[in-house]
Amino acid sequence: MVLKGEATLAAVEDHHYQISSEPISARRKNTGRWLLALATLGLVATLVFQIMTTHGGSISSLSANWRPMVYAYLVWSVAMGISQVLRRGEAGLQALFVLPAVLFTIAVVVFPTLFGFYIASLDWNLSSVEGPHFNGFANFVQLFHDAYYWNAMLNMIYYVVAVLAEYAIAFALALLLNSEIRARKFFRVAFLLPFMLSPVAVSWMIGKSIMEYRFGPAATLARHLGWSQPAFFANPWTARISIEALDAWVFIPFLMILLLAGLQALPREVQEAAKVDGASGWQGFWLVTFPLMLPVSITALIIRIIFKLKLADIVINITSGGPGGATDTVSSYIYRVYRDRANVGYGTALAVLYLIIIILFLTVLIRTTGKWTRDSTRGA
Amino acid sequence: MTIEVAAPARAASGIATDRMRYVLMRVLVYGALIFWAFVCLFPIYWTFTTAFKSAIDVTQGHLIPWVNFTPNWKGWRSLGLSPDTIFRISTVRDEFIDRFVNSVIVSFGASILALVLGCLASYGLSRFRYKFGPMRNNDVLFFFISQLILPPVVLALPFLVLYKELDLLDSRIGLVLLYTLTVLPIVIWIMRDQFNSIPIELDEAALVDGLTVWGAFLRIILPLALPGIVAAFILSLVLCWNEYFFAALLTASDAKTLPVMVASQTGSQGINWWSMAALSAAAITPLIIVGIALERYIIKGLSTGAVK
Repeated sequence: MVLKGEATLAAVEDHHYQISSEPISARRKNTGRWLLALATLGLVATLVFQIMTTHGGSISSLSANWRPMVYAYLVWSVAMGISQVLRRGEAGLQALFVLPAVLFTIAVVVFPTLFGFYIASLDWNLSSVEGPHFNGFANFVQLFHDAYYWNAMLNMIYYVVAVLAEYAIAFALALLLNSEIRARKFFRVAFLLPFMLSPVAVSWMIGKSIMEYRFGPAATLARHLGWSQPAFFANPWTARISIEALDAWVFIPFLMILLLAGLQALPREVQEAAKVDGASGWQGFWLVTFPLMLPVSITALIIRIIFKLKLADIVINITSGGPGGATDTVSSYIYRVYRDRANVGYGTALAVLYLIIIILFLTVLIRTTGKWTRDSTRGA
Repeated sequence: MTIEVAAPARAASGIATDRMRYVLMRVLVYGALIFWAFVCLFPIYWTFTTAFKSAIDVTQGHLIPWVNFTPNWKGWRSLGLSPDTIFRISTVRDEFIDRFVNSVIVSFGASILALVLGCLASYGLSRFRYKFGPMRNNDVLFFFISQLILPPVVLALPFLVLYKELDLLDSRIGLVLLYTLTVLPIVIWIMRDQFNSIPIELDEAALVDGLTVWGAFLRIILPLALPGIVAAFILSLVLCWNEYFFAALLTASDAKTLPVMVASQTGSQGINWWSMAALSAAAITPLIIVGIALERYIIKGLSTGAVK
């Protein structure tokens, strides 16, 4: 665990710099080492003590409380920081900037995720009296025959593809807001507001009241427009589209502000030049604005897709995945596995496989779009 | 001769069609703007007005207060927030205030913690060179930002078990830690670019003036990064305030947040629209105010940093 502020010269290419530091006395270095050693010893001692007092280390025993481990970790983190400064002076001071976030992330992300991989290999039902026991890859074998899971996965593909439509709308809105209009501030605030609203409240506001079959305004409007049975959540495709529309309503503003910020960061001269060259608005957009916005667009799209892959709250609250799993997302399905069946091991196995698929998908996506952007900017 | 006459005429008609096209474009642009503003604002308008309706107004689809329905306090009364009940004892109101306070503490706590950790880390990554085993600056940055893809379902159960062991289940501090990790990648993403856009000469000048690395950061650079900080803070606040998944799984009574309360009411009360509307309205109002007040900082903060 070494964080080194590397001793390079000040004249490095980008933002990094290095300042010369006076030599550190051997005694100070030793103090630092001893401090860290002592803190580590304390951490290990706490761990051993905890294992001893919690019935042979079974993590599921509810009587014990592992809270002291948290305090020990905090103390150890502080000691680690002080020791860095003592041993490495200036470089240690620099390491202090990034150290808290690293230690935090290890404690709350890396450790729980690894722990999740372990849970995924257990046969563990919270409602059964037996408690957890190891069953290897049985959960993963089981999930390959879980039609609901793969159905939810298929739905995720539909939802992710729909992001392109959200992107088109968001780009159009950003262009509108960036053009010369009156009352720009009003429209900007109005367009942003849906993002501020809690999806749970939105599920009620829109999903359960405005789109309500009997007297929701949207249903009334649909009847006037000639749809005699405006049941938005009754048949699979209308339900899927309705859920997607709701999620789009909440998140289009987010895409829009990213794109708008990108548009405002574009150099004015480029757009002016396009106009002078006689390009019509449409041509100017496709030949100048759109290519220049490509990097921002891709960032925005990837972030949006990441958020889309987490979609759960709207589905849970409006349809609970119905009708017949048509609107289920992977997250909402796993939520039901936890909540209704208390099946901890199996649910986590589903989640872990989902994580692996997401990582593969996003890696491929980022690679290809990255290559694509590079090619197109080189061509321009 | 004929040519000389025709040319100005053609030009004139050209101007006329240009004028036509301009007007048409304006109509289209404002039409689109007004249509979308309606799409965005109608659900909010609907929620706030429904909170003042009684059953008959709901079933008959009355929309405009005072014109086709008479507003009343029924919805707010059921929450204990109407003028006549505000000073009386109300268990619903107590619960609401409890949830509200939880939401405030959790979302502010997590946003601030994420901002502190995120600013420090992204400043460090922007200014110094690190070696963390085989990882260099960009790898560390990627490590942080890649946490964003972690779906909540992956963490939910490990946390359920861990928190049970740590006695953090159904506690605010537990939620704060979780929310911090969900927004930390976004903060680092915004702040790294924000710090990169501040010239390094400013740091160097501060060091020449005798400040330490930390002094330069706290007194010179941090104030300059304010637009990014505000943008990151608002985004974190929005995401934390509205978070439902973890809150639903990890809280039972003490640390329940507003979205969990709203969700639990939708199931139990059926067609009791006015009180649901009042509850939704009360839950979304704080962020609507934040949105209206701080909207310009979001775009400003993002356009100086993140999207460049």
